[in-house]
Amino acid sequence: MNRIVVGLKRAVDYNVRVRVRKDGTGVETDGVKMSINPFDEIALEEALRMRERGDASEVIVVSIGSPDAQQQLRTGLAMGADRAILVTADGMPDPLDRARVFLEIVRREEPDLVILGKQAIDDDNNQTGQMLAALWGRPQATFASKIVLEGQTATVTREVDAGLETIAVDLPAVITTDLRLNEPRYVKLPDIMKAKKKPLDTVALDDLGIERSPALVQQRFESPPVRQKGIMVNDVAGLVAALKSKGLI
Amino acid sequence: MTRVLVIAEHDGSSLNPSTAKTVSCACAVENAVVSVVVFGASGIEPIAAEAAGLASVSTVILVENAANSDALAAVLAPQITALADDFDCVFGPSTTFGKDLMPRVAALLGVNQISDIMSVEAPRTFKRPVYAGNAIVTVVAPENHKIVATIRTASWPAVGGGGSASIEARTIDAELPSHTRYVGLDAGNSDRPDLQTANRVVSGGRALGSGDNFSIVYALADKLGAAVGASRAAVDAGYVANDMQVGQTGKIIAPELYVAIGISGAIQHLTGIKDAGTIVAINKDGEAPIFEVADIGLVADLFTAVPEFTDAL
Repeated sequence: MNRIVVGLKRAVDYNVRVRVRKDGTGVETDGVKMSINPFDEIALEEALRMRERGDASEVIVVSIGSPDAQQQLRTGLAMGADRAILVTADGMPDPLDRARVFLEIVRREEPDLVILGKQAIDDDNNQTGQMLAALWGRPQATFASKIVLEGQTATVTREVDAGLETIAVDLPAVITTDLRLNEPRYVKLPDIMKAKKKPLDTVALDDLGIERSPALVQQRFESPPVRQKGIMVNDVAGLVAALKSKGLI
Repeated sequence: MTRVLVIAEHDGSSLNPSTAKTVSCACAVENAVVSVVVFGASGIEPIAAEAAGLASVSTVILVENAANSDALAAVLAPQITALADDFDCVFGPSTTFGKDLMPRVAALLGVNQISDIMSVEAPRTFKRPVYAGNAIVTVVAPENHKIVATIRTASWPAVGGGGSASIEARTIDAELPSHTRYVGLDAGNSDRPDLQTANRVVSGGRALGSGDNFSIVYALADKLGAAVGASRAAVDAGYVANDMQVGQTGKIIAPELYVAIGISGAIQHLTGIKDAGTIVAINKDGEAPIFEVADIGLVADLFTAVPEFTDAL
């Protein structure tokens, strides 16, 4: 196998308590810590392990969005990716546009595998990988918790509602990651220095010549309804009494 | 009239409860005429009959094909795309089945998907959660395009029975790929109520300390007739299997009674339970965020309180 393409989305950090803007136009992002979407970090880790085992020769990280996503790509290079491509775009392109961008990257780079996170923790869409596989006419193995490569086949264990499902897919293919696939490595300081010399190409989405999809309009953001604070009981007898009064036991 | 196609989810012997919930959302679309499609290899007439019995369903489309035995997204998507010609909307459940399948359908139809519909506000306007449920966004689908969506099952009640839809067997002429092959399923403990659909759920967290200690969670669940879930921390620590995880990236559930044992209440976990009827929390740490959402809270050592609770039932 030669190349693996990995998507790295810049997203609000996992530990940030997200708040809706008062005017309903979105969520507060001023001064909020941004990171690589955690599922994408897992995708990169898996690709790096494949390269380290000799199953791949090159790992390319790709991000679509604001120029600030350079930071996340540099982190990806410091983790060990060989080179990076930044596709700049205004706002947040919809998943279908993202899939079309990845398809264009696939045409240019001809990877054997594209590994993406199963969802981004900002829009929680869970679409891009499946859409890329559809447009590319190739297999998808979503929600992966284990990947075994053998020749031109990947055997993938998937986290599904009923348990763990295993499927075999011919390469090239798209795999999306679940949380338990691996534990991403920490970046070391010398690697950050080295990463500064690695290639990072920038291209504007509008220059890729892809057709834009009919956009979903995000009309208004609001905070979710808050659950009423309940009662505290002092002991198990109090708990049993409270449940009885609600008719639950 | 808005023609809505619902993709049925089943395990080869019966309909998954997510289907009746998806139908419920389909019915919320103005002037909806709802059809359900059931894909399978053969012998799935009883499942089609089950779908035909759901209230408000007008037609059930039955598609039998040996290639459909394992419900692979890459195989089903081109068939759904072919069927979609006759429909304005295509809905599937936000289960792992629907999440895997529906975006593939949307891409083949050239539209973005609306993920996790919580409510239907207008014919093309929907509400959905983002940022792990910390924000709700109202989205409007573009005019003159089909709407492809997944339905957040915790937000919708199942439609009732009593329906009498016609069942129509169809052959679909679509090229089906052979690049994806089903190998097998390692199902978890199946003798307990299903976590996704159970009325009562007892979950354990990292404070249990080990897989063996989960026995006190199981004992309480058995007394309550409840399904057993877990926090991500407990799953990551290897105490229980991954299919028991409740939360943003696990199962989103809406039981009548939810009992959280030794769970601190990380925001990702709370996302999975915010639609529960009554939340009970038992935790040693009185400052744990789980108590901010619990209807009944008990600050106590779980190793004494839980067995005591079980004995009291």
